[in-house]
Amino acid sequence: MNQVLALVRVFAYLSILTVGGGMAAFPEMKVLTVEVHKWLTFPQLIHLYSVGQMAPGPNMMMIVVIGQWAGGMLGAGAVLLAFFGPTAVLAFVVARLWKKLEKWPWRTSIQQGLAPVSIGLLLAGCFTMAKGAISGVETAAIAVGVLLILQQYKVNPAWLVVGSAVLGVFTFMPK
Amino acid sequence: MSETAAKLVLRPGADSATASTEVSIGQIFLEFLIIGATSFGGVVPYLRGSLVTKRHWVDDKEFVQMLSISQSLPGLNATNMAILVGDKLRGALGCIAAIIGICLPGGVLMYIVGMFYRSHGDHDFVTAALKGVAAAAVGLILYTVMGLSKKSLAGKFDFVFIALTVIAVNRLHQSVPRTLLVVGLLAILFHRPCKKQQESATL
Repeated sequence: MNQVLALVRVFAYLSILTVGGGMAAFPEMKVLTVEVHKWLTFPQLIHLYSVGQMAPGPNMMMIVVIGQWAGGMLGAGAVLLAFFGPTAVLAFVVARLWKKLEKWPWRTSIQQGLAPVSIGLLLAGCFTMAKGAISGVETAAIAVGVLLILQQYKVNPAWLVVGSAVLGVFTFMPK
Repeated sequence: MSETAAKLVLRPGADSATASTEVSIGQIFLEFLIIGATSFGGVVPYLRGSLVTKRHWVDDKEFVQMLSISQSLPGLNATNMAILVGDKLRGALGCIAAIIGICLPGGVLMYIVGMFYRSHGDHDFVTAALKGVAAAAVGLILYTVMGLSKKSLAGKFDFVFIALTVIAVNRLHQSVPRTLLVVGLLAILFHRPCKKQQESATL
């Protein structure tokens, strides 16, 4: 039960950090779930996040697994509620307000000001993740390859993730 | 006679009103459940295809506006969009139906993945595949970041705020709320409304 309460606390906090996207919360997710609570290891966190990219729906559903490991089915449910509840309520309230503030000049300022910060947060999350995920020439080549292909061609990113898994088996499988 | 005439006059109006506003909670849930189960590789295109093109619940302009609000608020685009569209269609209940629908399939799938990974995650085969997947995920995020930069940055000076944010989180290990408060406030003040001057005058 203590674990479930801790899960709720951690994920409700992480919830409000996801400005710009789920990745924005990644650096603190690493600190809280790996270093403070030791629910999983850093490589496991990276693996789960990455596998989550192959799943349909919102791209942070990997949090379900952290909840499951730390607190079973109850933990998984608690994490979902804690992670999506606060921002859902916030979106509900602010969106209604936002429409009324159409003429308010600071509305544009807030949106323009938050844009670079949210991009910075995503990038910071990306760097945190890269520290664990990019470990040599091969992994760097896969990351750059995916980026370049996405920029050049209109492919579904999910296929690139699947392709990289196959590539991974051929490249990193111990002989 | 006059009563029936009045009914006849009233009925078409009432019918068209229900046709345009009354989407049932079940329909909302089902539509978002389908999006939640099929949106491989990013939710936004699937949302547009379903809500704008297929169902006409939202028009294209409103969709873009909703997306820009979703992007500015904390929370994932997918779930924020579910809230905004659910609210538009059926208020708070619509929100709940939409967000549960969009989260359910991926959540169940990841629950199963979690069980499998726990028992087989240390196999050489799985580790090797995941190493590739993790590297791909890094490329994916970079692509998202670059797309966002092209779309939502208002000027070149914004790169300073991006750099400050990255340094605060990665180098100085500041918490996200503190970073948001300091750098966010600076950025908002930088983009403060100026009625008489042009925006370029602030540089």
